[in-house]
Amino acid sequence: MKPITSVNDFVIKFANVNGTGSASANNLFAKALFRMGLPVCPKNIFPSNIQGLPTWYEVRVSEKGYLGRRGGVDIALSVNPQSMAQDIQDVEPGGYFIFDNTKPLDLRLLRDDVNIIGLPLTRICNEQYEDPRQRQLFKNVIYVGALAALLDMDFKVLTGLVADQFKGKEKLVLPNIHALEMGHQYAKANFDCPLSIRVQTSDKVGDKILLDGNTALGLGAIYGGATVVAWYPITPSTSVVDAFEKYAKRVRIDPGTGRHNYAIVQAEDELSAIGMVIGASWNGARSFTATSGPGLSLMSEFLGLAYFAEIPTVLFDVQRAGPSTGMPTRTQQSDVLSAAYASHGDTKHVLLFPSTPKECFDFGALSFDLAERLQTPILLMTDLDLGMNDNMSEPLVWDDEREYDRGKVLTADDLDNMERFGRYQDVDGDAIPYRTYPGTHPHKGAFFTRGSSRDVFATYTERGEEYEDNMLRLMAKWETIKEYVPGPEIVACGMDTDDAVLYFGTSEESSREAVDYLVEDGIHLDAMRIKSFPFNKEVEDFLDQHKRVFVIEQNRDAQLRTLLMAEFELGPDKLKSVLCFDGTPISARNIRKQIVQMVSGHNVMPLHQQQTASGAGE
Amino acid sequence: MSYQIPKFRHPDLPVNELGYTKADYEGSISTLCAGCGHDSISGAIVRACHELSLEPHKIAKMSGIGCSSKSPAYFLGNSHGFNSVHGRMPSVVTGAAMANRDLMYLGISGDGDTAAIGMGQFAHVVRRSLNMVYIVMNNGVYGLTKGQDSATADKGSASKKGDPNLFNSIDLCSMALQLGATFVARSFSGDKAQLVPLIKAAMTHRGFALIDVVSPCVTFNNNPGSTKSYEYVREHAEATGSIDFVPIMQEITTSYHAGTTQEVTMHDGSVICLHKVSESLDPFDRRSAMVALEDHRSDGSILTGLIYMDKNAHDLHEMLETSQRPLNELEEADLCPGNRMLVNINASLR
Repeated sequence: MKPITSVNDFVIKFANVNGTGSASANNLFAKALFRMGLPVCPKNIFPSNIQGLPTWYEVRVSEKGYLGRRGGVDIALSVNPQSMAQDIQDVEPGGYFIFDNTKPLDLRLLRDDVNIIGLPLTRICNEQYEDPRQRQLFKNVIYVGALAALLDMDFKVLTGLVADQFKGKEKLVLPNIHALEMGHQYAKANFDCPLSIRVQTSDKVGDKILLDGNTALGLGAIYGGATVVAWYPITPSTSVVDAFEKYAKRVRIDPGTGRHNYAIVQAEDELSAIGMVIGASWNGARSFTATSGPGLSLMSEFLGLAYFAEIPTVLFDVQRAGPSTGMPTRTQQSDVLSAAYASHGDTKHVLLFPSTPKECFDFGALSFDLAERLQTPILLMTDLDLGMNDNMSEPLVWDDEREYDRGKVLTADDLDNMERFGRYQDVDGDAIPYRTYPGTHPHKGAFFTRGSSRDVFATYTERGEEYEDNMLRLMAKWETIKEYVPGPEIVACGMDTDDAVLYFGTSEESSREAVDYLVEDGIHLDAMRIKSFPFNKEVEDFLDQHKRVFVIEQNRDAQLRTLLMAEFELGPDKLKSVLCFDGTPISARNIRKQIVQMVSGHNVMPLHQQQTASGAGE
Repeated sequence: MSYQIPKFRHPDLPVNELGYTKADYEGSISTLCAGCGHDSISGAIVRACHELSLEPHKIAKMSGIGCSSKSPAYFLGNSHGFNSVHGRMPSVVTGAAMANRDLMYLGISGDGDTAAIGMGQFAHVVRRSLNMVYIVMNNGVYGLTKGQDSATADKGSASKKGDPNLFNSIDLCSMALQLGATFVARSFSGDKAQLVPLIKAAMTHRGFALIDVVSPCVTFNNNPGSTKSYEYVREHAEATGSIDFVPIMQEITTSYHAGTTQEVTMHDGSVICLHKVSESLDPFDRRSAMVALEDHRSDGSILTGLIYMDKNAHDLHEMLETSQRPLNELEEADLCPGNRMLVNINASLR
């Protein structure tokens, strides 16, 4: 058997039992590699359960900086007998299977094309610790110590991290370092370290940070000036509000009075949460809710009201696998259509698609400007993969010169200096009307906000022409919106090609990597990442310039493709779907495979054939 | 269609402290059926606001969907109004109140809007003790959809369609009490003398104030056999007592028999004088209020008047310790921590 040989380029997958503290040990491992200057991509694959079910944690290391899921497992570390049979099957030939050999491995599971490494983790813990909880927790730390030896990690980085992690709880530092050392020594004494897969210190991280998208979103809402937060707990969005609250407690409490410059209301359900956001925004505060698919379904009726009555509304949707309860702890991009057209009647909503924590922060803050400028719901569409996993990201930056765009709001003076205020009147020709906050003026500017038809002065009407005029103005506003939302990011392959890929959100990294691989297959693709809906002119031009576009997305029904077809009236031939909807993030290998299968013949010939062909032509 | 009420007014109409006449508190002409109880409640709201000298633009009228929820268009034309989604007014008003604590929030709802589709939101807005007045225009019937029984229709009561209602009714006052409402009253749209001071007291109360107003539907539920008809309510209403509302800084001139009258100072310094009729009810004792409601229910009478008030109520803003300055007035300088903090956060994430 030829072992896989690799430096700074592999995938390791930990198999643990949920609720045993494994995630923090695995995170320690990933962060240590990050501090060694290696691009890492950790992904927690966890069950909808608090304790007892299998859980996995995958860490990809890539010197080249590929941050998406690659596919395949080079090293499996399994301390969970429940999942061991599958875990060993997942290992690539020539890879490593590391397991707790306190109990011997079931001989039926053995593979002769995989290297087997046994660590007596339970035995070491039983000898060292009396307390059952300690036995459980330190088992994880011990295998991290063993990995440090097996993979040749910088042990000082690990001990430094432990010291950072337990700042303020110093008495926990030494026992953790001791556990790391026990694992390290056992591996050193019993195996030829390092293995054929190993790491070495590098400098590929630069000033990047390791952060989960939900925390970045919560911070974005703090920086964007949100004051009223209404929400209902739902995985995987809960940590958005947790993060907002954590930072609000730090920066939004008046040190003198102890008064809060924010209000967080945990609603009784998602209907109520979005209702509160709409009420607060109507009254001139910046407000948001965070939810996931089932919550979005419940919020639909209110989103129609906000669209029709033109009330700024910010909603962060951290998508998970649907339909219904689906797989609530697994990722998907499957709310695209239900978000874009949420609610009955003719409705369309602005969507933003961040793909990194930095963009979660930027788009999170931007949502409030857009909502107030455009007076319509802004639905920021992230997902579990981006939201709940630590992602390597550009650092967060705020321009201190930046001012909030509060949109078209009339003051008492404005009202005094105008003839007649018409809430739904298009004064500026951009189809965005002016609004007033309640309480602005004693006898001017008041109006009755309603979800029923009304004329430009907000007076109830059932006249068809006036209803129609208003609906057409909303369509005109939709055109204005295209000028405000972030345009796409286009990466040309530098070759003359009719083929392209189109992707959004968390498919970015895997898609970019797949595009690189596909060059080896002789397939050259221009690439475009969509950042928002409505699609603007650049998106349209890109589609026009290519004959065949592979649309990569993480859902079954090709929802973004449907949206593109509907908005641009494209036929089904032009857009080809590359899909992944098993609840795990789409991998580069998967994308490559699907595109290769669809391409019959290559669009660019391999180099040596090209020379022959041109030679013959001369 | 909504029509504007003609602007012409008698020049000698009485003005309040702000120099406003009652006309300044009116809205568009009502499009409800002639004789609708809801219009009387709108009239009582106009009178209460005028007499309290409230600035109309500092009031926000919030409603859901239904005949009742349309009525905010027919009073306080200089106030912003929000006719939201069926049964969801409580959430919208919660958000609005969080954004600006300086306005008065007047929620108008119906029995369908509150006791059926909106039951969940009603329960939770009570529980959160939002500082608002919540008026239910309660007619026991769905008017806009032409006469179905609602969840407050009494068991055995028959609307115009004739079939007696099979199900137990929901008593919103009992429910609100159980959920911790700090001001609970019931009244009758046909009794302005009782309703106007109750609205004034509710508006002065800090915390959640419910007024459940029986408001007969002349078109679908005013027939013999209905327990929400004008006739039935007039015959079966039993008042807890009557109240006078004395605005802040005004001298209490009327004298009452000692022992039966109690003066209560409200948060803003105004006073209500409560003249007790019922011996069995102590409106400052929640348990007594619950017993009184249950007693009247079992003997088939309708208890009206102030049923319960907590003089020391705390509202949601106090519980959440929000800033005294309304949140919607805060600016970048108050809200945005600036790049310096991000530099530190970035450093902690490496």
